Amino acid sequence: MNGTMNGFLLSILIWLPILGAVAVMFAGAHRPAMAKGMALVISAATFLFSLPLFFSFNTSTAAMQFVELRPWIETFNVRYHLGVDGFSAPLILLTAFFGVLVVIAGWRSIQKNVHQYMASFLVMEGLMVGVFSALDGLLFYIFFEAMLIPMFLVIGVWGGPRRVYATIKFFLYTFLGSVFMLIGLIYLYIQSGNWDILAWHQMPLGLSVQKWLFIGFLAAFAVKIPMFPVHTWLPDAHVEAPTGGSVILAAIMLKIGGYGFIRFSLPITPDASAALDWLVIALSLIAVVYIGFVALAQQDMKKLIAYSSISHMGFVTLGLFVAFSIYRNTGGVSGAALGVEGAMMQMISHGFISGALFLTVGVLYDRVHSRMIKDYGGVANTMPWFAMFAVFFLMANSGLPGTSGFVGEFMVILSAFQANFWFAFLAAMTLILGAAYSLWLAKRVIFGAVVNREVQNLQDINAREALILGVLAVAILFFGLWPQPLVDMMQASVDNLLQHIIQSKVI
Amino acid sequence: MNGAQMLLAAPEFWVLVMACVVMVVDLFLREERRGIIHMLAMLTVIFAAIITLRGGYLSGDSQFALAFSDHFIRDRMGDVLKVFSFITMALIFTYSKFYLRNFKMFRADFFTLSLFALLGVMLLISANSMLMIYLGLELISLSVYALVAFDRASTRGSEAAMKYFVLGSMASGMLLYGMSMVYGATGSLLLPEIAEAIRTQGSDDILLIFGLVFVVVGIAFKFGVVPFHMWIPDVYEGAPPAVTLFISSVPKLAAFAMAYRFLSSGLGDLHVHWQSMLASLAVLSIILGNLAAIMQTNIKRMLAYSTISHMGFVMLGLLPGSAFGFGSSMYYVIVYGLMSVAAFGMVILLSENGVEAENLDDFKGLNQRHPFYAAIMGLVMFSMAGVPPMVGFFAKLMVLKAVVETGMVWLAVTAVVFAVIGAYYYLRVVKYMYFDEPETESTISAPVDFGAALTLNGMMILGLGIFSSSLITICMTSFGA
Repeated sequence: MNGTMNGFLLSILIWLPILGAVAVMFAGAHRPAMAKGMALVISAATFLFSLPLFFSFNTSTAAMQFVELRPWIETFNVRYHLGVDGFSAPLILLTAFFGVLVVIAGWRSIQKNVHQYMASFLVMEGLMVGVFSALDGLLFYIFFEAMLIPMFLVIGVWGGPRRVYATIKFFLYTFLGSVFMLIGLIYLYIQSGNWDILAWHQMPLGLSVQKWLFIGFLAAFAVKIPMFPVHTWLPDAHVEAPTGGSVILAAIMLKIGGYGFIRFSLPITPDASAALDWLVIALSLIAVVYIGFVALAQQDMKKLIAYSSISHMGFVTLGLFVAFSIYRNTGGVSGAALGVEGAMMQMISHGFISGALFLTVGVLYDRVHSRMIKDYGGVANTMPWFAMFAVFFLMANSGLPGTSGFVGEFMVILSAFQANFWFAFLAAMTLILGAAYSLWLAKRVIFGAVVNREVQNLQDINAREALILGVLAVAILFFGLWPQPLVDMMQASVDNLLQHIIQSKVI
Repeated sequence: MNGAQMLLAAPEFWVLVMACVVMVVDLFLREERRGIIHMLAMLTVIFAAIITLRGGYLSGDSQFALAFSDHFIRDRMGDVLKVFSFITMALIFTYSKFYLRNFKMFRADFFTLSLFALLGVMLLISANSMLMIYLGLELISLSVYALVAFDRASTRGSEAAMKYFVLGSMASGMLLYGMSMVYGATGSLLLPEIAEAIRTQGSDDILLIFGLVFVVVGIAFKFGVVPFHMWIPDVYEGAPPAVTLFISSVPKLAAFAMAYRFLSSGLGDLHVHWQSMLASLAVLSIILGNLAAIMQTNIKRMLAYSTISHMGFVMLGLLPGSAFGFGSSMYYVIVYGLMSVAAFGMVILLSENGVEAENLDDFKGLNQRHPFYAAIMGLVMFSMAGVPPMVGFFAKLMVLKAVVETGMVWLAVTAVVFAVIGAYYYLRVVKYMYFDEPETESTISAPVDFGAALTLNGMMILGLGIFSSSLITICMTSFGA
């Protein structure tokens, strides 16, 4: 891969899937096999093109790489400005990786309007890469919002019985959150005369202005990630979405909330973040503990995983915002680095694990057409290979050492200890709660005696499903045992971020 | 009066002559050759656009020029608005031909009246005096009153025309009353002279303020903003969709021009006074328009209330009184015209067997019946809801920027919150099209030109969003922003 290629690599990652989707729409109409084949080729090509982000990534700098910059709306000073650093590159890789998986996952289970389904996912993939690589505020917002359209359609067209309610709720919640951010972005543009996110990082702002901006960003990202108490759209959306939709929602879209905190809230409004960190930490701990209990009470497998996602996302926000307490306590940021890295690790790892869990449920749902826990029991007797994967993923979800689920949580808890014992104590509750709801689910669904005829007649996973689940299992184990490549990738960016946010921007 | 001055108004003369030609030619046509009328009308707007572009005002070669004892002004803003009026008009003629043929109403009066209304729009856009404003306004109104009642058999159409006529006459009267006060206070009909007089004698003249109030009422009625919106839902619903196409788009461009000319060129020094009036009109429109639209089951009424809220946004852009604000308003109104004709074009498309598609239910399962048209309607709905990358988002963005810049952040917050509430009813249309099963088996067929126009219209809504730079630049430079 040569240097000139890198100059527009990110554009390829955005536009290849989007233009590919247009091709699928036209060529794949009434020809499902063609649509699937094209979607697979396009998403696989996108994944291959994303690999240079890992192999050619310069881990020694926090500066933006693979930068692309050209004017777009000149009267408004909006630029088509793309670039990645240690935060966005891993998330883009994750996006491209799941782009392939969801195409394979929808191979059999989607029968209606296959070309539109595949095209929606390809468009979504391109837009999500756009969100992670945009360095222009307006460009970011456009990708951030445009992404809602394909997801709205995916849930609404291929979803479950209450899909209309769920998808409209999903859309309006996210839309409402993000318009407040839009006002904030417009304000920043008026103050600075440009939409450059990196310039906004350096821009001095008064404390009260910062607080308003922080609240604007919080409205957008708290809904997206989602945080208590604006999380209620997520269980509905997850339950009603088709498997592929749930996977993308959990594995990638929630991460956009976390990424937004890293890219916007912390560096643009560091003083407000420091002043209001108690709010985020409190909401995070409520998410970890309260939502953990809520997950315990679920009857529906997808709902349980959805609540578990919210609980795990609490770790991300906790890891990001304990930095300020640590700095106040110790006067240094070395402990805080652990928290931010832990948050990033948690995002990547949760991407793999939650994606894997939704695919696992999808495998059962394709066969039995029920997500209710009571309809299952003793699946291990008829689907031993499946049971192996399912139990492994549930173990990873509860944070078993050796899996990637452990690494992120452990780092965040260690970091929280330096901030406040009680933060760490409450966060550590997840080790009990997570294990409780995950393993109890395993007990009720996988183990025990075969409960009904449907379970009796189950067929074990086929090669296609084994491939998807196997790849995810390897990834989870790999990052659990050897997280170093990921840590190396983000190290410089994390240090840079922490050095930046402890300096006051107040004028 | 010399030839050069006449030449400035060449597009207006061309449209006037052609409107008369259409009227006369029709007398000599046999029933089966009526199609020629449509071709003549298309020719009129296409040539009008070419003549306008050749003036060089749009490219920035010429600044501005006055004619007819300064009552008529030719400038860049006017030419941009006119060219977009012509483009929108061409779409309207193409859509309405299909409708008029389907409903056996293909008569030349429709095209004659439409062209006269277009002439009114052009005069209003180029008005530099209160006299010309009134002339343009009345030319539009009288043509449109007749157009609304175009379907003679429809009682709803006649009722709507009557209602529109009574309310419209009221508004015209108010405007005239306001103009007479402004004239009394300043002693001139010409907008620049009015501005000059206000500058010398001060802006706290009670007579002037009273005049301003009535002028604002006239403008608000033309836009159809709350509380002068009562006519909109009834007229939209009662008029044939071919006429609603027109009412909902081109006259709004003229209304914007009227507001700009009157409020900025004429009464610019009364900015503080009209700013607060427009602010309350804008907020009320955005709130009421969005809330009322949610409850509608009739697509035409829903779009009517949606117009009200969109016009609220246009008003928001006028508030700051800055070049950027006017530019953003102009951008919004042009973009809205394009979205609105696309939406009503879809309504016409779905009419079948002489029955109008009126209810949202008629959109059920459109994706199964014709995925391409469903996608276009989807683009239009997301654009109206203000979701990027469609052009409707950029329109809202510009207006919001203008408002935030003025320091009225609370107004911007109110506007976006209600825009989100409004998103619900646009999403509902998408829901009907994509998530529901069709109720009828009949296939959708439209003539080639109709399909091509609708495709072009949809592509404009997406394309002007992704490549939004040029249109934004054109609008902004019209005001020197």
